[in-house]
Amino acid sequence: MSRQMKLYQVVGRKAPTPTDENPEAYRMKLFAPNEMMAKSRFWYFMHQMRKMKKTTGEILDVNEIYEKNNRYVKNFGFWIKYNSRSGTHNMYREYRDVTLNNAVNTLYNDMAGRHRSRNKSIQIIKSATVASKDCKRPGTMGIHNNKLKFPLPHRIMRPASKQVRSLYNANRPSTHYN
Amino acid sequence: LSFIYFKTMVFTRFVEVGRVVVINFGPDAGKIATIIDIVDGKRVLIDGPQSVTGIHRQVIGVRRISLTDIVVAKLPRNSTQKNLLKAWTEQNTLATWEATAWAKKTKAKAARANTSDFDRFKIMVAKKQKSKIISDKLAQLA
Repeated sequence: MSRQMKLYQVVGRKAPTPTDENPEAYRMKLFAPNEMMAKSRFWYFMHQMRKMKKTTGEILDVNEIYEKNNRYVKNFGFWIKYNSRSGTHNMYREYRDVTLNNAVNTLYNDMAGRHRSRNKSIQIIKSATVASKDCKRPGTMGIHNNKLKFPLPHRIMRPASKQVRSLYNANRPSTHYN
Repeated sequence: LSFIYFKTMVFTRFVEVGRVVVINFGPDAGKIATIIDIVDGKRVLIDGPQSVTGIHRQVIGVRRISLTDIVVAKLPRNSTQKNLLKAWTEQNTLATWEATAWAKKTKAKAARANTSDFDRFKIMVAKKQKSKIISDKLAQLA
């Protein structure tokens, strides 16, 4: 199982000095497998955008942000920047899932599968829950039908558990159950 | 779609909101649940209702469920526990399920697996008595 990305909120600022008693604090929401990597990525992005780095700054707080309601399906949109073998590109991708963390993991796996990109080559610029009417991808929009129904044409039956599986069967399997 | 096509529809069981399914893999194998929403082509959101079948609201892969012929009619997408339970009681879904041959066979199989040695002895004796009645009758007719 690949590493599970979680959503963290990292708040940090430049270390206070005698001249600057209360420097501005910056908050960043990012996906990382754990708190340590969240802090590391915070500094990676912060020193690109502001004049502060790990040695000259301090992290005030790291919090994991949990899904507010995981009991209904949402459409998640991700605006990403990723490095391919020959250049860096922007992308917008959509996934349907119940939690943001699950969708992000699907994103990383999907990108790996379709574009051979590794986790480190992907930067998530923005992630958001997208309303059904604002979705762009046909894959997600196809599920937005209230009267959606589809059969399962090719059924591969498997034993309910290892205990009940048998090495030999009297009959050849049938894949049509409907 | 032409009328002829509908007449010869090959598939009768669909993944749709309201479809009653049997979970066929995992810790909840054998229990029934209702599809309340579709996540994508491979996953669905199911719910018991929890008080009736013991299945909590969860996302499950389509490979882990077996579709039944029963559909909870007019169920809106993503309905609450309360509404689902109401639909189930109004439409007697549990009774409809337990009347099916599928449910009866599962129950009989479970009962047979739970027999003690004494029960198996009683079954053997009953089988012998039954076959004696049949063979006596057969001898009479001959």
